[in-house]
Amino acid sequence: MQSTRRLWLSQCIGIAALAEVAAAQQHAHDAVQSSPPPAFQTLDPATAAEIDAITSQIIPSTDGPGAHEAGVIYFIDRALSAFDADLREAYRTGMPEVQKKRKAMFPDSASIAALTSEYQVQLIHAIEHTDFFELLRTHTLYGFLGNPNYGGNRDHIGWKLIGFEDRMAFQYPFGYYDAQANGDGK
Amino acid sequence: MSGATFKPSDTVDFLVIGAGSAGGVMAKELSTAGFRVVVLEQGPYLTDKDYRHDEIRYTYQAGLTNDTKVQPITYRKNESAPAKLAKAIMYGRQVGGGSVHFTANYWRFHESDFEERTQFGEVAGAGLADWPIKYADLEPYYTKAEYDLGISGLGGANPFEAPRSKPYPLPPMPVKSSGVLFDRATKRLGLHPYPAPMAILSQPYQGRAACVNCGFCEYFGCEVRAKSSTLVSVIPIAEKTGKCEIRPNSYVHKIETDAQGRATGALYFDANRREVFQKAKAVVVCSNGAETARLLLLSKSKRFPDGLANSSGLVGKYLMWDTGAAAMGLFEHPLNEYKGIQVTRVIHDYYKADPKRGFYGGAGIDARFNYYPANFALQGMPPDAPKWGAEYKKMLSTYFTHTMTVLSHTSSLPQLSNSISLDPDVKDSWGLPAMRVTFDFHPDDVATLKWTLPKQKEILEAAGATKIWASGIAVEDNIPSTHLMGTCRMGNDPKQSVVDRYNRSHDVPNLLIVDGSSFVTAARQQPTATIQALAYRAADYAIRNAKG
Repeated sequence: MQSTRRLWLSQCIGIAALAEVAAAQQHAHDAVQSSPPPAFQTLDPATAAEIDAITSQIIPSTDGPGAHEAGVIYFIDRALSAFDADLREAYRTGMPEVQKKRKAMFPDSASIAALTSEYQVQLIHAIEHTDFFELLRTHTLYGFLGNPNYGGNRDHIGWKLIGFEDRMAFQYPFGYYDAQANGDGK
Repeated sequence: MSGATFKPSDTVDFLVIGAGSAGGVMAKELSTAGFRVVVLEQGPYLTDKDYRHDEIRYTYQAGLTNDTKVQPITYRKNESAPAKLAKAIMYGRQVGGGSVHFTANYWRFHESDFEERTQFGEVAGAGLADWPIKYADLEPYYTKAEYDLGISGLGGANPFEAPRSKPYPLPPMPVKSSGVLFDRATKRLGLHPYPAPMAILSQPYQGRAACVNCGFCEYFGCEVRAKSSTLVSVIPIAEKTGKCEIRPNSYVHKIETDAQGRATGALYFDANRREVFQKAKAVVVCSNGAETARLLLLSKSKRFPDGLANSSGLVGKYLMWDTGAAAMGLFEHPLNEYKGIQVTRVIHDYYKADPKRGFYGGAGIDARFNYYPANFALQGMPPDAPKWGAEYKKMLSTYFTHTMTVLSHTSSLPQLSNSISLDPDVKDSWGLPAMRVTFDFHPDDVATLKWTLPKQKEILEAAGATKIWASGIAVEDNIPSTHLMGTCRMGNDPKQSVVDRYNRSHDVPNLLIVDGSSFVTAARQQPTATIQALAYRAADYAIRNAKG
């Protein structure tokens, strides 16, 4: 019984270009070891700004830094440049669909990023049950809460929010209840 | 990596295919008995120096398991459904195999697990059968495994456990908050919680240091060698004999036989995708309960047109599944469950099948938390919670540290219709037929999940959870399976089974099949201890036979 089962299942939908992806995977580990790149490797800046606007509603910057401050968009660019190269196509076809939706809902708007926050929320509600949004959400959360070496989770923003510390060792007690039980002499 | 080196043309005594939970044990036992052994492993030879606290690599990319981008798997619910690409099966793919990334639960089977057909009776639509061995046959080998590998636990603490000849070599791991809450609640309910037996060192053992509670066990390789994988326990002993070579990046695709129908060695692709033939006097297949069946089916020849060791037609059949469901609870105070090992308390009160319930099945239930930051945010939140936005963000800030899981590990009936076979269309990146998985629950598997889940919730309620939610119990919620069992079942009758009571192929005299594939029944999951006990026993008999 695994907790990330559905995620892995959903990752296995596309399988084109096996060899290309295998090669990309082999280099993925090395490719993500340095600090965030100054420029995007795969996304064009305009698309990146639009994706950034969506991820910034998934984890907004209300009550503290969110996906934008954590650099989630840099994680997504790295993922698509390396181990998720096979998902580029999903972005290539998914983003125009979101734009189509935006134009239908807000005909006078120029971009997702230029929408008011309220309209952005309305737009996401309109797409939240699509496979593409589930991919955006998955990438956003791995970018927000994953290892900072991949360009996201800057300054451990995501980890600080949820109360996670990345340490090589911890001492007991870990939580309230085991501390209490030890106090009871249990 | 310091073992012997053999040439493919050297006829070694034993060729072991797969360096995982069983293969590592076979390598150590055979080489320390003086035999020359080559172990071919599909995956790389990684060590503790290679592992990282890196969720993107190890949960998102599943970095220590089979990669369906290069080795696709197809899945269908039944024979009339189309098989679609999906990672339906997951297994460890490096030296040490699944023992590297497993949660490290180390349960012995109960005495009743070996004779459920006799005790429970027939189940319509299922091939429930007794094992050809009893618990007592395996007991000395469970003990040997626990001492060789390094298992922490408290013998006698579980009133339902089978008799033990010796206590665990190491005391149990300290209890976490989830364990304390579970312990109190189950006692209040009249149940019998006990410290989880774990393949993780609670104290220094055989030159390895104790666990430092970093929390990265399930899905991860241990960076301090405290998890008792075969990689850090028995494989180094095998290599030290100077008689055993572990050969990584070696993907076996055919076991060859001679005119007498005896195995002569195996063909594999090396790291450069060159085909190599390694000669051997005997072959031991330890490739896991899914890949073993696939390899035997790939090894068909004129003499064995339906695949090797398959005169019964049962290679690949009776696939059993890693079945269970999660109930989760939120608590008032922080648990910080991400620290330390995943599981510290278990109950076996609901383990044994009882005909009075009207269905076959039972469960072991544990207290745990097997989430990391990102997969918790994606998979661990209540289904009625928002999936994005300000409220979601706010909930994450308390839920991650205040949540625990009560997980069931339930029975999975052997059914002839559930199988591993070769996909007729899809090929892997070496051009070999992909693995095709056919699996659906038996109605009693579903009845067991439905019966167990309210009990899990009841425990959380008794523990004082302020909110309780649960995972789904559909087959789709149980994909992928990481416990791979049943596809070369053990038995005395060559028409009804693939291997004999010593894990020897009925059809090929010098072919052993040693891993979860020989399981006749799935007990209540957590198969690793039994896989390894079977390996110690199979090695013992193989050594006696070979020495005459």
